[in-house]
Amino acid sequence: MPSLKDIRNRIASVKSTQKITSAMKMVAASKLRRAQEQAEAGRPYAERMGRMLASLAANVAGGPGGPRLMTGTGSDQTHLLVVMTGDRGLCGGFNSSVVRETRRAIQRLQAEGKTVKLLTVGRKGRDLLRREFPSLIVASFEEVGKKKLSFADADRVTAKILELFNAGQFDVATIVYNKFKSAMTQIVTLQQVVPFAAPEVASDTGSEASAVYEFEPSEEAILADLLPRNLAIQVYSALLESAASFFGAQMTAMDNATRNAGEMIKKYTLVYNRTRQASITKELIEIISGAEAL
Amino acid sequence: MADKVEFELVSPEKLLVSQPVHMVVVPGAEGFLGVLPGHAPMIVTVKPGIIDIYANDMATITQRIFVAGGFCEITGARVTILAEEASDLNAVRGLDRATLEKQLVDLTEDLADAKSEGERHTLEGKLAIVQAKLDAQAGTLH
Repeated sequence: MPSLKDIRNRIASVKSTQKITSAMKMVAASKLRRAQEQAEAGRPYAERMGRMLASLAANVAGGPGGPRLMTGTGSDQTHLLVVMTGDRGLCGGFNSSVVRETRRAIQRLQAEGKTVKLLTVGRKGRDLLRREFPSLIVASFEEVGKKKLSFADADRVTAKILELFNAGQFDVATIVYNKFKSAMTQIVTLQQVVPFAAPEVASDTGSEASAVYEFEPSEEAILADLLPRNLAIQVYSALLESAASFFGAQMTAMDNATRNAGEMIKKYTLVYNRTRQASITKELIEIISGAEAL
Repeated sequence: MADKVEFELVSPEKLLVSQPVHMVVVPGAEGFLGVLPGHAPMIVTVKPGIIDIYANDMATITQRIFVAGGFCEITGARVTILAEEASDLNAVRGLDRATLEKQLVDLTEDLADAKSEGERHTLEGKLAIVQAKLDAQAGTLH
């Protein structure tokens, strides 16, 4: 039986934990809003980039001389998985679900006899995967966009991917990240970025899409410039989604923690009051029986 | 034919400008192009330089924007520029000249040391941007 003082201390400590988790929840909520706004703001660029690529691809398509980022290297022996996780924990299943999906993908690819390489973004992913697949990690980034995610961060990651690609280190690249659905749900998504599958020309743009474009300089030259940019955009938007998911997951996790702490406090308060009453009753009985004995 | 063309300037981080304009002059990779409504569809790479917007008539420039390169898609009714970096010309003019010149020197040195083709390519790109910023300050850039 714990003493009254023990229970009091316990309640105090749970209360302070609750204060921390509820503050973290609030911080995550405001960061989530900012991350969502940023993702929103980045959408027009990605959209227009997609449109431009589609019309370009329609012009270049079929030619064997297309850029390798689009046509691929002609083999799919070596896969590069770009794993995006957070730098920090306390966010529910956010990191572990990405890692679990990655592990599954690695096993599947290895079972097919493919070589797998990993590029991790975020400290947690690196830490978790390093234990299991220490030899597969070719590069890792940490604290990407710690203050505010900018395009330059995505550029850094992309530069590394391109460097590996140009050195012939891999044939197919896939990004594994959490796609933001709502603050409660994040969906782990695998998205292939190299070779890049050109989007179909949307039919609803009608006459505009079928317009014959002139190119300056040549189609090939523009495409060669545009494809690395597009890769950067893909990485950027995945990073944005991942950041929004992270804060969403953290917010939910902290909300649960706060609620649990509340429950615990209630439970301990009940025990505390009971114990207090019991000890008072005991004292009274002692006094009364002492008086009667006289 | 409409007398205005829808002009959009987009950076990866946000939509910067979206307005109907009378004419816009874009620094294309192979020379400046003035885009009026009804222009033939084109896709052009944009080099570092200044975009001039003529919103009201052909004579007055209402806005000058510095871009650090990108892509431009033109259709009859729309001009879309995907810029990597864009800022108002006055902001570029406000940059510290000494810092830019230092960057220029640094990059030139880096370029001399560059080993791979890819590295040289990126450095040349950066160099062109800094050079264009300097030119914009000096007013020698168009």
